[in-house]
Amino acid sequence: MTRQTSVERSFLAKNPSVLWFILILALFTLGVTVLSEAYGVAFLSTSFVKTLGKTLCLCLVALAMDLIWGYAGILSLGHMAFFALGGYMLGMWLMYARTEEIVVAALAQGGLPATPEEIGQGIAVQIFGVVGASELPPIWVFAHSFWAQLALVVAVPGVLALVFGWLAFRSRVTGVYLSILTQAMTLALALYLFQNDSGLRGNNGLSGLQNMPGLAEVSQDRVSVWFFWASALALGLGYVLLAWVVSGKFGSVIRAIRDDEQRVRFLGYSVEGYKLFVFTLTAVIAAIAGALYYPQAGIINPAELAPIASIYLAVWVAIGGRGRLYGAVIGAAFVSLLSSWFTGGRAPSVPLGFYTINWVDWWLVLLGLSFVAVTLFAPKGIGGVFDLWQGVRAPDRKGAALGPDDGALMEKEAKE
Amino acid sequence: MIRPPFSLPQGIMRHFLLSLATALLLALPGLAEAQGTAAEILNENRALVEKPTRAKIGPVIDALAASGDPVAATVLAAWAEKGLGLRKADGVFFLIEASGHQWILRDLTGADAGTAPKSDMVELRPNAGVRGLIATALVQFTLSDPDPETRAEALTSIARDPEESHLAPLRVAIPGETDPVLKAQKERLERLLTLRFDPDSAARVAAIEGFGADLGLDLRGALNPLLATSRVAFAGEPSEGANLARDLVPGEDLTEVEAHDLLVAAGMAPARLTVEEARAALVANIVDGAVGGVPVAELGTQDARDRAYTALEAAGTVPPAATDSEVAAAIAAHRFAEVYAEPDPAVTTAARAALDAITIKVGAMQTADLALDAISLASIYFLAAIGLAITFGVMRVINMAHGEFIMMGAYTGYVVQLFITNYTLSIILALPLAFAVTFAAGVAMERLVIRHLYKRPLETLLATFGISIALQQIAKNIFGTQARPLTAPAWLDGALTFNDVVSISYIRIAIFVLALVFLLFFLWLMKKTRLGLEVRAVTQNPSMAASMGINPDRINMLTFGLGSGIAGIAGVAIGLFAKVTSELGSDYIVQSFMTVVVGGVGNIWGTLAGAALIGVLQKGIEWLNPSNTLAAQTYMILFIILFIQFRPRGIIALKGRAAGD
Repeated sequence: MTRQTSVERSFLAKNPSVLWFILILALFTLGVTVLSEAYGVAFLSTSFVKTLGKTLCLCLVALAMDLIWGYAGILSLGHMAFFALGGYMLGMWLMYARTEEIVVAALAQGGLPATPEEIGQGIAVQIFGVVGASELPPIWVFAHSFWAQLALVVAVPGVLALVFGWLAFRSRVTGVYLSILTQAMTLALALYLFQNDSGLRGNNGLSGLQNMPGLAEVSQDRVSVWFFWASALALGLGYVLLAWVVSGKFGSVIRAIRDDEQRVRFLGYSVEGYKLFVFTLTAVIAAIAGALYYPQAGIINPAELAPIASIYLAVWVAIGGRGRLYGAVIGAAFVSLLSSWFTGGRAPSVPLGFYTINWVDWWLVLLGLSFVAVTLFAPKGIGGVFDLWQGVRAPDRKGAALGPDDGALMEKEAKE
Repeated sequence: MIRPPFSLPQGIMRHFLLSLATALLLALPGLAEAQGTAAEILNENRALVEKPTRAKIGPVIDALAASGDPVAATVLAAWAEKGLGLRKADGVFFLIEASGHQWILRDLTGADAGTAPKSDMVELRPNAGVRGLIATALVQFTLSDPDPETRAEALTSIARDPEESHLAPLRVAIPGETDPVLKAQKERLERLLTLRFDPDSAARVAAIEGFGADLGLDLRGALNPLLATSRVAFAGEPSEGANLARDLVPGEDLTEVEAHDLLVAAGMAPARLTVEEARAALVANIVDGAVGGVPVAELGTQDARDRAYTALEAAGTVPPAATDSEVAAAIAAHRFAEVYAEPDPAVTTAARAALDAITIKVGAMQTADLALDAISLASIYFLAAIGLAITFGVMRVINMAHGEFIMMGAYTGYVVQLFITNYTLSIILALPLAFAVTFAAGVAMERLVIRHLYKRPLETLLATFGISIALQQIAKNIFGTQARPLTAPAWLDGALTFNDVVSISYIRIAIFVLALVFLLFFLWLMKKTRLGLEVRAVTQNPSMAASMGINPDRINMLTFGLGSGIAGIAGVAIGLFAKVTSELGSDYIVQSFMTVVVGGVGNIWGTLAGAALIGVLQKGIEWLNPSNTLAAQTYMILFIILFIQFRPRGIIALKGRAAGD
C-alpha cells in the first residue's frame, strides 16, 4: 500500500520492469535488424523475420489477455476473435487496394481509360469470383480508404466488445459462464464468416495480404523488417500503456474485482463499468495486434477465429505467468516459438525402441499435459522464476483452511 | 401444342389390336395355337422382318407379342438389340452372337445350333422407329411376365421415366394382374400416365381429381411438369390457344430489364448496348486520338462514353442502340404473360387445384416432420449434455474434456467392432465397455487433476482444456485423421416412414429411447438411491455431509466418473450416425454447455428443457433457411447469448441458498 501513498514517485520508478522491458525489446529489435537480409548481415531469413514479427504481435495480444484475465479475472475466450477481426478489417483494405492496382493495370491495356464503374466491377469480380459473386458486399463500402479501414480496425472489435460486454456484465454473467459465453460468441462469429455470403469470402478468407499496395517494387525482405519494427513499436507502446493502466488506482480496483467482486461492488465501485472498460480496451489492443499480424502472415480465414485459438492464448498467458505483464510476453513468445519449432518438423524425433515419438504428432500432447502441470504445480508460470530470483515467496500456509473462503485462516496459523 | 390429329387413331388402333389379340388369346386358346409359334410368324413375314419399316411392321410385332409362344419375348428383345439373324442359305432365323469372325448360333428356343461364318448370315438391324415399337411390345411382356419381380421392376422403370407409349401396354396388363400389391401399383401408375398423356382432356382431369390431396412424390412429379410455365411477350393480344397462367405487369411481376430481355430474345426489340460492346465500338473508332470528337483521355467516365457513342451513331459509323425511352416504349407496347406449356386449360386448372391442396397437406406434414427432427436433435443434445449436467450441474466442475470422453466412447465402439463382427452383439458389448473406459478416465482425471482445483473453477476449465487437447491429439495419433465407421446393426437401418414426407430413421428413434432411459435413470439415481442422496448432500454442503459420515472425496470421484461414463455411452450412440473422428467431441462441447447453461444448472429438467429449446430452435432456423446450416448455428448461438441476458440462470433456475452467489 506504500505505492498508493507515494504519489510523488514517477511511473517508471514504480515500475522498473517497464524500463527493463523497453530496453530488452529495443536491443532485440536492433539485433534482428542487424541480422536481417535487408538491413544487415543476412543471417536471419525473411520468413524467420516474419515469424519473429508475428510473435511480437502475439505477445501484444497476450498482454491484452493478461490484463483481462490475469488482472481483472475475466477468462475471456474471445480475444482471438477480436484479433482476427482486426486482421480482417485491415485485410479488406489491403486486398481491395492491391486488386485495384491489378485491375487498373489490366484495363489500361484496353485502349480507353477505364471508367470508375468498370474498375469497381473488375475489383468485385476479381475478389468475389471465388465465391460466385460479382458485386462488392455493402460491408466493403469503406474498403477503398486506408484511413477508414484503419478506423474500423479499432471500431468494429471495439463496438462488438462494448455491446457484448455490456450485455454480459449487465446481467452479471461471471466466472465460467462468461468464459463459455465468450467462447460461444467466437464460435458464432467463426461460423458466420465461414459462409460464402458473409461478404468476407467464406472459408477462402482474404489472401495476398503480404503484398503492400503501392509498394510493389519494394522487396519482401524490407517490408518484413518494416512490419517487424511496427510490431515492436506496438508491443512497446502497448506494454507501457498497460503497465500504466494497472499501476494506478484503476489497477488496484480491477485486481480487487478479480479477488472479490461482491466486496468491490459493496464498496461503491461500478464493477460493471470497470469490467466493460477493460474488456473493450483489451479487445481493441487485440485487434491492433491482429491488424499487424495478418499482413505478415499473408492470409486470414475463419479458421483463425476457431475457439481453440483463444484457448491457446489463455495457455500462453498461463504458462508465462498471469498477473504480470512480462509473464504474458514471455509465455506467448516462448510457447508460440516452441510450437512452430516442434510442428515445423525441426525438432528431433525421440526413438523409444518400440515407438518413435515424432514431435509433429506429439507436440500437442506435450503442450496439453504441460499446461495441466503448470496449472497444478506452478500457477505462477514461468514468471514465478523471477519471484524466486528476487526472493519473493508465497507464505507457507500449511494445513487445511478453517473457513470456506479463500484466504481464511489456516490450521497451522491458528495454532501459532 | 395441339397434337396432330392422325396420332389419335394410331394409338387407339394399337390399343384395339392388342386388346383384340389378348381377348382372342384368352377366349380361344386353340386359335392362338393356330396363329403359330414365333418362328412361324417370322417365317411368314420374312421379307418384312428383313427390311422392316415403322409403318408396316406393327402387325408382325403385335402378332409376335400375342403369339403366346414363350420364346417370343426373347426373340423380340434379340431383334431390337441386333441379336437376330437370318441364314442366307435357307432363310431360317437364329439368335446370333458375334465371336471373332464367327456367329454363335442358337435357335429361337435358345438351344445351341453351332456356329456359322459371318458371311453366311444376315444380321437384322431394325431402325430406331422399329426398335421403339419392339420396346413398347416388350413393355407389355415384362408387365405380364409370370415372375412378379420382373413385373415390379418393369413398373419401377416406367415410373422413373414414363412415356406416352407405356400407357397402352400398361392398361392391357392391368386386368390380368393377380398380385394385389402389383395391381394397385399398376392402377396408380396408369392414372399417373393418364393424367399426363391421355389424349382425352376429361380423362386427364378425372385422373387428377381422383388423386385428391395424395402426398406421393410421384404424383407431384407428374403434376409439376403440367404446370411448368414460360414467360412470353405478345405484341397485342395473346395468341389463340395459349394457356395463360397469369399476366405479368412490367415493374411489378418482372423488372423492366427482364421484360426488355424477353423482347430482345423474341426479336421484338433491339438490344441495349452493353458496356463491353460500347467499349469495343469506341476502341474500333479511335481517330486521331479522339472518338466522335471526344478525346480518348476524357473517356474515363460513362457519361463521356455515351456522348462519344451518340456522336458515332449520328455519323452512322455504329448501329443505333436502344435508348432508355425506346426500351420503355417497346415494353409499353407489349403484353407479358406466363404461359403454361400444357395447352389444355381444364387440365392446368385441375392440376393447380390438386397441387394447392397437396401443398397445404404437405405443409402440415412437414411441420410434423420438423417436429420429429427437432425432437431427435434435442435428444442428441440431451444425450451429449446429460453427463455434463452431472459434472457441471451437480458438482460445478467445468470439464472441457467432456467432448473427448464422448469421442472415447465412440472409438471404444469402433474398436469393439474390429473384434466382434456381429454388429448387434458388438453394440450391446460396446455400451457397457464405453461406460467402463470413460468412467475410469473420469475417475483418474478427478483424482489426478480436478480435486486439486475445486476452489479454482477457471483453472479447472483450463486444465481440462489441456487434457482435451492432449486426448484429441492422442486419438489422432492412434486412429489417424480420417473418419472411422461405427456401423449400426441391420435392424437399426432404414426409417420409420409414415408417408413421403414424414419419416424418421430408426437410429434416431433409438437415440430418443436412449435419452429417455438416461433421464429416468438419472432421476432414479438422484432421488431414490443412497448414492444420489449422498451426492446431493455433498453438493449442498460438503463439510456438513462429511460430519454425517459421508466421504466427500469418494462421492466426488464417483459422481465425476458417472458423468464421464454417461458421456462414453452417448459417444457410442452419436458415433452411430456421425463420423467418428478425433474432433467428434469438440463438435458437441459448446452446444452441450449451452444446453446445460440455457436449461439451468443443477437441474435435470432444466437440461431437458435446454436441449428441447436448442433442438427446436436449430431445426426451426434451418427450416427458414434450409440451404445454410452454418447460418442456423450462428443465429442459434446468438439467440442463446441474448437468452442468457434475460435469464442468466437458465430456464429452470435454482432458488434459495443452493443457488450460490
